[in-house]
Amino acid sequence: MTHAESPPPPTLRALFAGFLTIGLSGFGGVLPWARRVVVERRRWLSEAEFTDLLGLCQFLPGPNVINLSVALGARFRGVAGAAACFAGLMAAPMVIVLVLGALQTRYGALPVVQHLFRGLAAGASGLVLATAIRIGAPLRHHPVGLVIGLGAAAALAFARLPLLPVLLAAALLGIVLARLPGR
Amino acid sequence: MTATLLDLARIFATLSLLAVGGGNTILPEMQRQVVVVHAYMSADQFAALYALAQAAPGPNMLVATLIGWRVAGLAGALVATLALCLPSSLLTLAVGGLWWRFREAAWRRRVQVGLVPATSGLILGGALVLCLSTSRDWRLAAITALAAGGALVTRVNPLWFLAAAAGIGIVLG
Repeated sequence: MTHAESPPPPTLRALFAGFLTIGLSGFGGVLPWARRVVVERRRWLSEAEFTDLLGLCQFLPGPNVINLSVALGARFRGVAGAAACFAGLMAAPMVIVLVLGALQTRYGALPVVQHLFRGLAAGASGLVLATAIRIGAPLRHHPVGLVIGLGAAAALAFARLPLLPVLLAAALLGIVLARLPGR
Repeated sequence: MTATLLDLARIFATLSLLAVGGGNTILPEMQRQVVVVHAYMSADQFAALYALAQAAPGPNMLVATLIGWRVAGLAGALVATLALCLPSSLLTLAVGGLWWRFREAAWRRRVQVGLVPATSGLILGGALVLCLSTSRDWRLAAITALAAGGALVTRVNPLWFLAAAAGIGIVLG
């Protein structure tokens, strides 16, 4: 059942609807929801295909889940599919976030709202930190990679070096040293 | 106005192509451009907009939508969002097919594995910059630590941590 020979590619409407669900569900991180919808609910991709596609989207610049929507849409329906997935992913969240922004502008001067946002911002930072730690966790088995990753993080956060040179140095070191046996 | 829109387009299009490893890696640079270079808003306002984007459903990079909107209204929101998404999306469109074709190639595995430390480090660096900017006293730092710890060791919906953090913020005053 999970291995239908070659199911017809999803329609543009289905792609749009699928990514609309993903966009509306993803609080504080959309990727887990993308996996749930694409692999489990709609079965557009197998688990392995999804991981592979996600690998590409992390490797290329740009927000991962947006790249994922574009790459997945393009694989099934070309440029129109990419546009359908992208629009589905972004439409509703953009409207919602602008409404929230308008409310914040209107009531943002109230002390209670300022305190609320100070707490909210601190909590949001914590969630981002948790995601970063989870993404980097597999490196704990690779001392060289761990040193490169922590070095890059410190260069950005504490030495405040610009992004591009840090990225190039870390990527180059990673690729060169990954070739060494027993990494 | 047009000059502002062009500035927004240039800032976010550049960030789009720098965002290797995902949106959070460009947070420090985005903050530098928006707060320091162009002085569109204070660091506090930037952090508040980021928190708002986190609290709303959808990709965190909706912070670009909010920044564009704050700087230049609805047109700014659209320009900033599209500028952040289009360059990287076009690149993904171009490379996606090739990547699929070379999925068995050894060099592809090597590059993919070799980039993991860099992307992980960039993501962590972006997260640390954000944490440093919101930890203005030890109580806010404690909220950050609790949210991070809670998200790491439990499987509770992260929205609850955001709600709790907002509540604690109000109580602490």
